[in-house]
This record gives sequence, C-alpha cells and structure tokens, in this order.
Amino acid sequence: MLTAILVMVVLAALFGLLLGFAATRFRVEGDPIVDQIDALLPQTQCGQCGFPGCRPYAEAIARGEADINRCPPGGETVILQLADLLGRDPLPLDEEVGEAQQEKLVAYIEEKDCIGCTLCIQACPVDAILGAAKQMHTVIQDECTGCKLCVPPCPVECITMVRLEPDLAHWHWPAPDEDALREAG
Amino acid sequence: MSARKLHRFHGGLRLPEHKQESTLLSILDLGVPQRLVLPLRQHIGHLAEPLVDVGEPVAKGQLIAQAEGYVSASLHAPTSGRVVAIEERPYPHPSGLPVRAIVIESDGLDEWAALPEPLPHFEQCDRDFLLERIRWAGIVGLGGAAFPTSVKLAPGADKPIRTLILNGAECEPYITCDDMLMREQAERIIAGLRVMRHILTPRECLIGIEDNKPEAIAAMRRALDESGLEDSELISIPTRYPSGGERQLIYLLTGQEVPSQHLPADIGVVCHNVGTAAAVADAVIDGRPLISRVVTLSGGALKQPQNVRAPLGASLGWLVEQIGGYREEPSRRVMGGPMMGVPLAGDDYPLLKGGNCLLALDAEQAPPEEPARPCIRCGECARVCPVELLPQQLYWYTRARDFDEVQRFDLFDCIECGACAYVCPSHIPLVQYYRFAKSEIWAQEEERRKADLARRRHEARQARLARLEAERKARLRKKKEALEQKQTDDDPKKAAIQAALRRVQAKKAERARQQAQAGVPDDRKEPS
Repeated sequence: MLTAILVMVVLAALFGLLLGFAATRFRVEGDPIVDQIDALLPQTQCGQCGFPGCRPYAEAIARGEADINRCPPGGETVILQLADLLGRDPLPLDEEVGEAQQEKLVAYIEEKDCIGCTLCIQACPVDAILGAAKQMHTVIQDECTGCKLCVPPCPVECITMVRLEPDLAHWHWPAPDEDALREAG
Repeated sequence: MSARKLHRFHGGLRLPEHKQESTLLSILDLGVPQRLVLPLRQHIGHLAEPLVDVGEPVAKGQLIAQAEGYVSASLHAPTSGRVVAIEERPYPHPSGLPVRAIVIESDGLDEWAALPEPLPHFEQCDRDFLLERIRWAGIVGLGGAAFPTSVKLAPGADKPIRTLILNGAECEPYITCDDMLMREQAERIIAGLRVMRHILTPRECLIGIEDNKPEAIAAMRRALDESGLEDSELISIPTRYPSGGERQLIYLLTGQEVPSQHLPADIGVVCHNVGTAAAVADAVIDGRPLISRVVTLSGGALKQPQNVRAPLGASLGWLVEQIGGYREEPSRRVMGGPMMGVPLAGDDYPLLKGGNCLLALDAEQAPPEEPARPCIRCGECARVCPVELLPQQLYWYTRARDFDEVQRFDLFDCIECGACAYVCPSHIPLVQYYRFAKSEIWAQEEERRKADLARRRHEARQARLARLEAERKARLRKKKEALEQKQTDDDPKKAAIQAALRRVQAKKAERARQQAQAGVPDDRKEPS
C-alpha cells in the first residue's frame, strides 16, 4: 500500500517536473491561432469590422469576442475559411459592416486638385501615399489596399476609388460555362 | 539509320495530319505591306521598352524597342519607314485585350540600318559575346512558346549541358513551317546548331523529326553529313501528338524525364526549335536581327494553303491576300495549331515572332462545338495524357473549386496539349478547366503576396507611430522636469530652504567621512 502511494507520488512529481520544464523550454511566443486568423484576413486594414486593423480583429475573434462575419473585403471566402479554421458555423456577412466588396479598387488622387494637406497620408494604414506638406500627393498603386480610409479626410475631395484596368499580366481565364451541364443534370 | 533506342512517352494521339495541303508549294517570300504593327509583347517575360518616338524615321533592322529585364526580347524594325503611332492595338490572345504596339508606315525603300559585323568565324568568339549578339537580335523560341532564346542558351555554370536537342517534330496538324524550312534551308539550321553547340558545349546534339516528313529528314541528313559534325545525330521519331512538346521529345530521345517544377537544363538538356536555330545563324553569322519568319497559312477556307516568309507585324489579312485570299468565309480562324492555338475574332491581328501558323478552317474542319455533357468516368483522358496525369480528377476538383487538391494532382505539370479534351466522348472542354484553375491559383498567390506586403507595411507603420509617440512623451517629460527645476530655482523662499538643506547635507557628509577615516584602523583590527 505504502509503496503504491510512494510510486504514485514520485510519478506525479516526475511528470510535474517534466511538464514544468516543457512549459518553459518549448514555450511558444504569441498566440498561434491569432496568427492563423490574421493570415486569412485580407489585410486591407480598413477597419470596417469595427476594430483598428486586421490583427486586432483577429485577436478579438480568437478571444471569442467577435463574430467571423465582419470582414466586407474578405466576403464569403474569408468567412468560410475562418469557419473552417475555427470549427464555427459559417454566417452570412453582418449587414452592420456593409456589403461584400466584389471588385478590387485602388485610391486615385486627382493631382491637379491636391493642395498638399497630408491628411490622407496620415489616414493611410499602409503608407501607400507619397507626398509632403504643400507638395502634391500620389498613391502608390501597387501598395494600396483599397481601404477607402483616405477618402473622407480629403478637404478638397480629390481622392476617388477607381477600378484597375484589366491588362494581360493580370487577366485570368474565366471558368467554363456550365449551364448546359446543369441542364443535363 | 541510327540504332538509338527511342523511349515511348505515355499516351498521345494519332491525329489527321492535314500537312500535304501547305507543302505543295515552296516558301513564298512576301514583300512588305504598307503598314506594320509591332506589339511590344512578342515573347514571354517583360514588355520591351520603345526606343523611338512617333514621327521618327526608322531603317530596316534598327532597334526600336529594348529588352526590359532579363527575361525579355528586343524588337527591330522589319522595314524602313516612319513610326506613325505607339498605341494599344488588337493582339492575338484569348483575353482579347489590346497590347501597346509600335506602328510603322513603310517608305517602300526597305533600306537597311547599320548592322553589327557578321561573324562567320564565330568559333573564335567568346561565348558571352555570342549570347549578347543573340540577345540583341531579339530571338525567341519560334516554335510558338516565344521564350527568349538567349536566356535558354545561358543555363548557368552550375548546370552543365550534356545534350542539345533540335526540335523538328512539328507534331500539330496543319503546321508545316518547320518542315518547309528544313527542306529548303537545312544548311542554315545546321549552322545555327553549330553556334548553339559552341555556346553550350554539349557532349551530343540530337535532331528529332517526326517520320511523316521524309523530305525534311533527307535534307537535314544531307546537311548534317556535309557539316561533318561528329557528335550530332538525326533521329526520325514516330508521328504521335504531342511528340514536339519539349518534355515529351526529351523523354523520347534520351529516356530522361524532366522532374516536376524543373527545367530541362536541370537534367543537362536544352531543346530548341529548328526555326530558332536558323534565326541564331542569321544573327551570329550574318549580323541580322529577327525581323521576319516563316509562317504556315492553311485551312480549307483558303484558296491555296502555303508557307510564306513574312515580316513581323504584317496583318494576317494581308498575308492571306498575298496568297490568293479566301475561298469562303472561314468558320474559325486560329493563330497556331488546332490543338493549342488561340482562336481569333478576325483578320486584323499582326504576325508575331511566335506565330507559326494561321488557320482559316472551313465548316467541315471546324464544326460548331458540341455542348458538354456530364463526365461518364470512361478514363479515355487518362489513357492519352502524355504527362500521365489524371485529367478527370483535375476536372472534378476544379469544378468543386478545391484548388489545393488540384495541385496535389499535379495540375501545374499539365502542358495543355488538349489530347484529353480531343478524346472526351462528353465533349468537356477539359483544358479550359485547367487553365481556369491555374490562373485562379496564380491570382490567389498574388493576393496572398499583396496581403503579406500590406501586413508588413501596416506593422512597420504601427511601430513607427509608437516610436514617435514614445519620443514625444519623453520630450514632454524632459520639458516638464526642466520646467519644475526652473520653478524651484525661481522661487527665492524655496531656493533659500533648498540651499540650507544642501548645506546641512554637505556638513553631514563631511562629518561622516571624517568618522569613517578615523574608524579605519579599528575596522582592520576587528577580524584578528
């Protein structure tokens, strides 16, 4: 009897030590689930979800404080991916945050109207606007996420969201037409 | 005949050849049309950068657009005249999107510009010098893929080339431009082979030609024998589509498979089209850039199909006019072959460097496409796939938009030869599915790359804002402290008290120091 208790106590102590060691030695910095959620979000940093950027939203989802249907730029694709990752039920996009974005837009500054106030530069979450005080500003198209945050601050309304013109480098093959197949069942 | 053992690749098809129609007449050298349209995208890679302005006169062979970046090709004026526009023009591409092009109005004189010196004794030239010459000449793969030749001829010092292959298979139906070139200009092609051989220093050179071209084989064999190249061999290969596919031909001749996601150079093989070899000879031995090519005009809607040598940028309608025009309105026009070519909406497209064939098919040759019916899982497609893929699986997963699974089934090894769609009893446009899946996956990757960039930039911005805020706070704190200090200094009453306190502290410290000095000897005694 005594031996049994002793053995159990010694085993418990051993495993405790092992676990304690592992907890410090193999400690993972940060929260891996937040990183995984963040990787799925489109990184427009637009704040339409009500959080100041994609990462804060990812953190809120991980804590269970936010639903997975608050990202309009991501739309249904992101909702489905998040549902898949987190094992939650997919939801339709929350109407409160706006409609899903169908096409990709980028900001465009009408340069002859720009007065060089730098307000849009301060608003841009990814530093995609180039310019200085009393100098003309311009959008670096390749780095613009299309978040529209620069549009309201502009005092002269010279920023518009434009569609990217299709070119050969970005064109992609359409899906084959499947109407006939569906009719055939 | 050679005793070389051929390695039969999986699948493949015997197709109706339709090659006799366009080989009845020899290659017709067409003159120059009034107007030439030269798109800046004549090749795979970056667009060329124009070097001329609108209104500028140009001479034949003058460089008019410079290669931009490593994988790119230069462009030369095919005749003398004047640049009348640099603007977007229709381009033979499935998207139907226009591409920026230089438009030249011919002056009818066809005068040459100053050309670099001919190098008949190229064996004495440095390899890099010859590569630079080929790059200058703007040569791309003339078999249709239009990959810059100078890039393919420079695989790098870490990839020694053992085998150089000249591809004269020309496996797609109707196309005969390589066939006719081999019949008529075999010496040119062998001269190009010598240049490539000098650059790559392979152990052996192989020339693969399908056995449905006996005249071409005879002409090439004669030229090869006369050249006295000892390490070179001409091999007649069975006629089976797609034996002219680069990887298929390499396997057929050497028995080596190019691994997935690798280039032939990774296994020590480089493969070039016979037309490309002739263009290399023109560039090196004669110092002439690539400004014209042989193109097959064929199909039942033409009065007389024929091969022609035409300047780049000539409109397809003009080419057809020169050989007698249409017999009837074509039911389908295709740039390239019937299996892999690009359907065209009309005649107003320019001849490109990679344009090996223009097809004007009649109603019998191009019946209206039958509607697709459901897949019956017959497996015919897998039987004919030359890459041994499972076309049905790719099809089902593409339909389900499961792009991870499509890639697991090696979608990116598909060469889009169209053999699976050709045999499909349900007429499913299989290749369209694969192309759609490929571009969808590329688009997703591009999106991910952009998202990562945005994340990094956002994080960098957040870090910068935090740092600026911290610096601002530090500055404020310092200011506040300085201000407090100043305030105490300013108030005379407080200053007096502070001064008194300081005096007392100084006295105390002095006393303590004296006591400590006096106490030192006692301390020393203590331990003993």
